[in-house]
Amino acid sequence: MLKILFFGQLKEVLKTEFLDIEFVYSGEQINSVAKLRSILQAKGDVWDEYLAYGKALVAVNQEMTNDDAVIGDADEIAFFPPVTGG
Amino acid sequence: MAHFTHISVQTQDFDFAHEYQKLRDSNSSDGALVTFVGLVRDLNLQQAVSGLFLEHYPAMTEKVLNNIVEKARTKWQLGSVSIIHRVGQLQVSEQIVFVGVTSQHRQSAYHGNEFIMDYLKTQAPFWKKETTNQGDKWIAAKASDMEKSKGW
Repeated sequence: MLKILFFGQLKEVLKTEFLDIEFVYSGEQINSVAKLRSILQAKGDVWDEYLAYGKALVAVNQEMTNDDAVIGDADEIAFFPPVTGG
Repeated sequence: MAHFTHISVQTQDFDFAHEYQKLRDSNSSDGALVTFVGLVRDLNLQQAVSGLFLEHYPAMTEKVLNNIVEKARTKWQLGSVSIIHRVGQLQVSEQIVFVGVTSQHRQSAYHGNEFIMDYLKTQAPFWKKETTNQGDKWIAAKASDMEKSKGW
């Protein structure tokens, strides 16, 4: 099971704070950020728009990374807009 | 008396004098102490701002701030480092962030402090939402901040 989290504006527009997805989805392992992103974007509408590459940053197990990153079962993957602290 | 790294993400305000004193008391070998405090301002892109809500990613925030301090320590000889970042609802003029750095000499202290703030702005998982006279609005990241952090 992958644990997916959303923060900031993403959490609001997707009306979703977190969701769990089976690691094996439609007979295929979701073993990269790119695969996960495309599965989530396929939900359409705001999911497609706001999770687009370059618009939503990603962290795997609390480390900022990119779409090439490999993911494994039980990983925590977070999507969020560019950060604005300080 | 020993050098330290202190990182805190908190809803409550902080006392500048107290944080400054802790850095001063941490050692007697450092001749420089540089502090930065970020405040909530009342204007952003021509809209009147009455407050700010700060969200973060709890499991990740302190980890990232620690990594930033570690990175700064590889670049400059820093003594003690203190970072405090507030989250939750803040009003105009309230303190948001404190970064304090000690070093033997001023140049390392200035650079170390600026580096930490520049990286914090582009790497640490905080998001600001402004309360304005035209409703609540998430703040967009600035390209200039990204450029600045790439410059180090």
